[in-house]
Amino acid sequence: MSQVGPDSDVVVTSRVRLARNISGFPFISRASNPVRQEIMRVVRRAVDQSCNEKNSSPEMRWIELQSAPSRDRILLSERHLVSRHFANSDGPRALALSKDEHSSIMVNEEDHLRIQFLCAGSRLSDAFKAAFTLENALANCTNFSFHPRWGYLTACPTNVGCGIRMSAMLHLPGAQIMKETDRIKRAAKELHLAVRGYYGEGSESIGDFFQFSNQTTLGATEDALLEEFNGIVLPRLIGYEREARTAALTRYRSRIEDIVFRSHANLSAARLLTSDAATKDLSRMRFGVVMGLLPVELATIQRLLLQVQPAHLSLIDPRSLESEEADREVRATYVRQSLTRGPTDTK
Amino acid sequence: MNCDHCDKPAVVHEIVIKGGVSNEVHLCSEHAIAAGYPLPIEQPIADIFPKLGSVAKVEAAKSKERSAKCAACGLTFTVFRKSATLGCPACYDAFMPMIEKVIESAQDGATHHLGRSPVGGVEIERVQNLRVKLMHDLEVAVAAEHYERAAKLRDELKALDSQTS
Repeated sequence: MSQVGPDSDVVVTSRVRLARNISGFPFISRASNPVRQEIMRVVRRAVDQSCNEKNSSPEMRWIELQSAPSRDRILLSERHLVSRHFANSDGPRALALSKDEHSSIMVNEEDHLRIQFLCAGSRLSDAFKAAFTLENALANCTNFSFHPRWGYLTACPTNVGCGIRMSAMLHLPGAQIMKETDRIKRAAKELHLAVRGYYGEGSESIGDFFQFSNQTTLGATEDALLEEFNGIVLPRLIGYEREARTAALTRYRSRIEDIVFRSHANLSAARLLTSDAATKDLSRMRFGVVMGLLPVELATIQRLLLQVQPAHLSLIDPRSLESEEADREVRATYVRQSLTRGPTDTK
Repeated sequence: MNCDHCDKPAVVHEIVIKGGVSNEVHLCSEHAIAAGYPLPIEQPIADIFPKLGSVAKVEAAKSKERSAKCAACGLTFTVFRKSATLGCPACYDAFMPMIEKVIESAQDGATHHLGRSPVGGVEIERVQNLRVKLMHDLEVAVAAEHYERAAKLRDELKALDSQTS
């Protein structure tokens, strides 16, 4: 989340997630806690054998969420490594996480395994390869539920087949200014894409960030799904947003400059700041940075977008946990210092 | 009112009163599709005002759905409709043909997996499924006089056959 990559002006992150269930076990909704523990044992053994012993995949560390402190669970959710539902639910569940945090496996989420590769910028092909490398390594050590007609079986029948979810988190301030967001959402729906908010399923969009993902998982090969999403849909979305930005800047330059510089001024001067307000202003600054209006590094904005989240902020300064006012004060101080340390010429 | 399974607003609401006990289901559009409920906007007018002669048939089908149960994990179809998640791999066969409708509706009419498979045994079935799909698409393309697409599909069929021969 805090890094930049190809097409980072529009694409914040790319993610490929594979849903798999271990053969011979009930799905999570019918699995008792002892059964869930057994599933964790099987997956951990597979992770140890495939990743940590054979070195065929990145080395993974194992985090048991049921015994992890609440802050650590929220931290993982803020980094988009686990779903908010997974962070807050009950029962035996774990996360296997690579050192660079690109590869991860949620164990006992809606499915036994959610194998994920997450990276900055538009790198869906890389994420696709890496996710399947990890999946293949695990498949050599354990059997996944599979049906000759339905493919990989998932707890929710709508994910059946390839069990693949490809997502791209896009920053769409241009479309928002040109009032094109609803049209994009409608077009996405027609293409069987889901459009979600900043934290995935059930979350609202904050700061013009939208997550687009495929919904079709059956009746096409994984490569065909990738080609459709990464080769056709994503470039069009990126192109559309870039055109909207250019049009917006041509038509409303003064208004956009006003919004961008006010946000910069806000964040450079605020003494109390909520995470939502910080995210909104950082989003506007991000727009200014990628359009060449504001001489701030995009990586600084990306880092701040992550650091202003409550759990991350409490790592920087634990005083933020003392009260709501302390949380806002610590955030404002941190953002202000981060922005004034770097180039701040706003001409 | 929000969905029983997530924070989105519910669009499908069902109240079943049985033996004096009321049971409520509230689902968002995604969970409603997953559980096989028609969305209000998608519900054909014929379903809202069924022909009188078909009421008995519909009731019989609904009764069959209600009594369906997975022998492997014990999940009933009624509970599945409420939770939108299945209990075990055997549920897929236990709840046929209802589950078929759910999947087809969510997957834009797709009926067979064409992607990767874990090991060689089922690979043969995958190739067979893919071949059936290619043959079907070829017929459709020829009938619609889309000859370029038909030629491409014929090449894909040949390539598949040469791979498996």
